Amino acid sequence: MQESETTMLIAQQLRSGLSRLYADLLGRRVFKFLLALHGVGAFALITFGVMLGKFSVARCVVRPLVAREISRAGVKLLPMFLFASLAMGFLIIGQAAPWVSRVGGENTFLGDIMAIVVVRELGPLLTAFLVLARVGTANVVELGTARAMGEVESLEALGIDPVHYFVMPRVIGMAVGIFSLTVYLILGTVGSGYLWAFVQHVPLQPSDYFNQLAGALSYLDFILLALKTCAFGCIIAIVTCYHGLAQPLQLDQISNATVRAVGQSVIACVLIDALFIIAYLTV
Amino acid sequence: MNDSSRPLTQTPVLEMRGLTVASMKTPSVTVATGLNWTVHAGEFWVVGALQHSGKSDFLMTAGGIMSPADGEFKFLGEAMPIFEETRMAHRLKMGFVFDGGQLLGSLTIAENIALPLRYHSKMTVVEIESRVTELLTATDLTPWANNTPVNVARSWQQRAGLARALALSPEVLLLDSPLTGLDVRHTVWWLGFLGELSKGHRIVGTKALTLVATADDLRPWRGHANRVACLSGGKFLSLGDWSTVENSQESALQELLQH
Repeated sequence: MQESETTMLIAQQLRSGLSRLYADLLGRRVFKFLLALHGVGAFALITFGVMLGKFSVARCVVRPLVAREISRAGVKLLPMFLFASLAMGFLIIGQAAPWVSRVGGENTFLGDIMAIVVVRELGPLLTAFLVLARVGTANVVELGTARAMGEVESLEALGIDPVHYFVMPRVIGMAVGIFSLTVYLILGTVGSGYLWAFVQHVPLQPSDYFNQLAGALSYLDFILLALKTCAFGCIIAIVTCYHGLAQPLQLDQISNATVRAVGQSVIACVLIDALFIIAYLTV
Repeated sequence: MNDSSRPLTQTPVLEMRGLTVASMKTPSVTVATGLNWTVHAGEFWVVGALQHSGKSDFLMTAGGIMSPADGEFKFLGEAMPIFEETRMAHRLKMGFVFDGGQLLGSLTIAENIALPLRYHSKMTVVEIESRVTELLTATDLTPWANNTPVNVARSWQQRAGLARALALSPEVLLLDSPLTGLDVRHTVWWLGFLGELSKGHRIVGTKALTLVATADDLRPWRGHANRVACLSGGKFLSLGDWSTVENSQESALQELLQH
């Protein structure tokens, strides 16, 4: 009896200890999250301040950098997005067509499904994640290395604002890149979707399919699509540049900074997407 | 320039009063305190300090790249550091050469040298090309003009850093350990070139540049620099000319001279 009471006491103490541990862990996590939010928020404000104040400063230096970023976060990713759009069309139509045919709606709803799934949600989000994986990670590595090699101090000594030189072109390049790639991805997916429907012998005329698409979309979809993709581009560029540039890094810290940047960018994009869903539902 | 020959009204180039220098990597750590120092136009200073004693932090504070932790610091009569766009022209009267050059890895040597000209000046492309060619020739960098820094030896990167700092024809040049890791040939070239700059070189419009260099060995600088200071144990000693240095009993200074 005495033994069982001791066991219960130990278990109780362990439980309370564990709960304290969990509380500490949770507290630390929350604190870290708030610190990260504070850091990224401050960096975003500085970046937008520099973009407004120095937009036309040293154009002959910044313009080629912007062009390079647009090429890197847009043009060079086109082949990958062509493949992604073919795959998306196949996946969506391949999955949706059999289910829709059960209720006899294969020639009624496929266009609407494409509009809802691709234009409003999957298109922008998938584009953002792919660009994050291909270009966002490279941003952290490049800027982290530049920081570790003293290039930031070097620019400051030359009277050049590192945010103007390193961050502004990346923000513009990524916003333009994600917007353009989303448009290409949507067009490709819509096209390949019909192709897969045709291959699966879905009795749907092209004119009906595109009429359904047009009917399911409103001007609000186009406005929100543009705003959302630009917001994704800005936030990915800012978060990745923040982790590469904002604090002095040693070369061995760059991999950890990259992992943190990817995690925070994904969370930020999902939160922005949620905000746009709310905006869409309320407007 | 002797003190007696200097006009009384002349504004000092650098003036530090009660300055506290913090570490770049760990801002809470103090590198030097109570720093009082005046640099006048045309002087050629060498600041001796052993490795890891904070000479890069000191020079970066002097170059306005870092804010001092405390104290007053003026460059040509204006409070430093200068980050505002409106005072940038004043800030650009100072050039800074980093240890190893610290060039931008994505640009070629020529593009690195052209960067401050393209960013700050209103020169045409042809004028910039001509100025870059002039700088490349003066620093013997022409064969490496189209190479990226990673493909060029460190000693040549250091020279490219010098050429880049001279691009905008500054009045003052700060050099962080310019002789570190150089062979005899490069050392002789640097000392000769800096001597020419301090007397007036055509590359900066023949005006005499004010020079401040840091070093962990003072011996090569004898006969080249005309003013000596020492940073040791968190204290800055502004010693003056070489005769003062010879008579100084400061142990750190003796170490720097008998390295």
